Amino acid sequence: MTTSTTRPASDYPPGGDAFRHRHLIGIAQLTPWEISYVLDAAEEWVDLNRSGAAKHDDRLAGLTIINAFFENSTRTLLSFEIAGKRLGADVVNMHAAQSSVKKGETLIDTAMTLNAMRADAMVIRHGSSGAVQLIADKVDCPVLNAGDGRHEHPTQALLDALTIRRRLGRVEGLTIAICGDVLHSRVARSNILALTLLGNEVRIVAPPTLTPPAIDRMHVTTFTDMDEGLKDADVVMMLRLQNERMDGAYLPSAREYHALYGLTPKRLEKAKPDAIIMHPGPMNRGVEIDSSVADHPTRSTITEQVEMGVAVRMACLDILTRRQRGVAGWN
Amino acid sequence: MELKPLLITNAQLIDGDTPRPGSLLVVDGRIAAIDPVDIPAGAETVDAKGQWLAPGIIDLGVFATDKPAFHFGGITRAALMPDAGPLDDPGLVERAAKGGKPDLWVHPLAAATKGLAGKELAEIGLMKSAGARAIATGRSRIADSGVMRRILAYAASLGLVTIIHAEDEGLTAGAVATDGEMATRLGLASAPAIAEAIAIARDLALVEETGAPVHFRQVTTARGLDLIRAAKAKGLPVLCGITPAHLFLSDTAIGDFRTFARLSPPLRSEDDRQACLAAVADGTIDVLSSGHDPRGPEDKRLPFAEALPGMAGAETLLALGLNLVRDGHIAPGRLFDLLAATPACLLGLNAGRLTLGKDADLILVDEGTPWQVDAKRMAAYAGNTPFDGMPVQGRATEMWKGGLRIR
Repeated sequence: MTTSTTRPASDYPPGGDAFRHRHLIGIAQLTPWEISYVLDAAEEWVDLNRSGAAKHDDRLAGLTIINAFFENSTRTLLSFEIAGKRLGADVVNMHAAQSSVKKGETLIDTAMTLNAMRADAMVIRHGSSGAVQLIADKVDCPVLNAGDGRHEHPTQALLDALTIRRRLGRVEGLTIAICGDVLHSRVARSNILALTLLGNEVRIVAPPTLTPPAIDRMHVTTFTDMDEGLKDADVVMMLRLQNERMDGAYLPSAREYHALYGLTPKRLEKAKPDAIIMHPGPMNRGVEIDSSVADHPTRSTITEQVEMGVAVRMACLDILTRRQRGVAGWN
Repeated sequence: MELKPLLITNAQLIDGDTPRPGSLLVVDGRIAAIDPVDIPAGAETVDAKGQWLAPGIIDLGVFATDKPAFHFGGITRAALMPDAGPLDDPGLVERAAKGGKPDLWVHPLAAATKGLAGKELAEIGLMKSAGARAIATGRSRIADSGVMRRILAYAASLGLVTIIHAEDEGLTAGAVATDGEMATRLGLASAPAIAEAIAIARDLALVEETGAPVHFRQVTTARGLDLIRAAKAKGLPVLCGITPAHLFLSDTAIGDFRTFARLSPPLRSEDDRQACLAAVADGTIDVLSSGHDPRGPEDKRLPFAEALPGMAGAETLLALGLNLVRDGHIAPGRLFDLLAATPACLLGLNAGRLTLGKDADLILVDEGTPWQVDAKRMAAYAGNTPFDGMPVQGRATEMWKGGLRIR
């Protein structure tokens, strides 16, 4: 396992010029060096998180972070909550189910309400593409996108890039196959943007019904044959298939999907012998991925991705709150 | 009230391809003479100071009776889409027809089916008697081909044109954008542009069979326009229209999830936009209208897919139309065919041209005045324009309805 890919701080522009954004809405707004800056920052947090009993750094002490999730989530919400708490912030979670959203309040009104409570950062997930941007335009604090519709899920792409970099020693010049329901996937979009930006060959492997139109304009090659798409890949990234896609509208059935697009040990042989296996979770075992592949002791990175998620989110929360905290150089 | 005769002098008349110096006399609310020699005693004289004198704009297919916006835009007559209401009952049609009095003509377009549900024929004949000038399918098309066939034949027997929205509902279900790089990058559900051509193809076949006259309110794709072109070459009674949005904006305008650019049909690719400009120039497109659909923040300040489609277009219609002239796509005379003469013909109105005996619905146009579109300072009751901030030229400075000064 390689971990020594961090650059020295002197490689980056000084202070706030290293990451010139008030919000983290998407990978689309980032430069390659900004991505690399976040990944390097996250490496430190990986070390802290592994350091034993006292996993605390109180640099965000006194700050309030609101996790506003308008769409159900367990792992991303938990990951952001732990990240905020490990940095000493006061973290509050708001679930749409128990909020006034259900009473017909508009999204903007909800955002203004949260804003009036003087959050120092907001982490937002919403089922509609563009919703997080809409909120970010109206509030006074940094906003982190925890997933908006099919649009972006930037921290997922960052944690995936970090996982790849740590496992393979680099996240450039690799062949990466992203497989499954690309059409409905914000994870796929953010990963395509990040991984192509960093100089990798990105392939999309999906049935035609789940391939977004004009996706080749995002500098990827598309495959409908999974064996071809996996050939000599360094990374096989599986996507979650939502149950409602298997009801006949997009796919005939779960078993047919498994037969054509499931990641089986046999199919995995097409990829490079040391290719890693990724999945953002939660998995449908036996549908898009076989258990023996998902649980592969050396090649599966699925639990490591979860671990990297906390570190990346700590890095993002730290970086985006530096202005409020008056960190030198971050005006 | 007795109307005094009106003499407009020193104008550039738009009664041919290019403006020409002249004057115009209005008596009893009608155009009585062009370049008159005998001026009746007591006539009010207006010096146009070299401005264009054109027929008032007849805006074919608006979604709200928004008088301040229409007056700003030089629109003297508005054909009201049946969606609000919906206008599927003679009483509602009669009331809508009176909605503009005294200073705006509102011509209701009757709902083709009850409740605009696309199932049962509405009382088209009674609505015609109540003032409906044409019938329309509303914001969506009639999915059932059998229903559509019967409507076309029935409306034609009453001498009414059927105004059609052309999008295949199967392909466009859930979509808020056109397939392409922009929709994919934004993660918006999209539909292929052929959804339009497929719908047009079906209805053209029905037109060919029934002989019924139709108007496709908005045709916005190259393939759709090709079908219309071919149908016209065959001599079918087909007209089609467009709004400035699809002539001046492509789907890149929805970047940053700008809900003011969420339209129905959605904005198209740049190639389709170029095809629309070419179709205006070559005469395939017959009508230019605003699609005026003012919507406040409750409908627009939402995530893109949750926002409602539509734009406030009445105020910018003339200025953007003048862009077509300035860019060399069409002559001034043709612009007012698109804006007034053809809509008048379709609706059976005695207006829309500067010819003897027509209703004196007139506008003076200062075609050179520069101004800037500002969504925050619109006359319309909502400022949802995708052209916010755009510098434009030309506006209506004075207008008359039936010889009566409106502004």
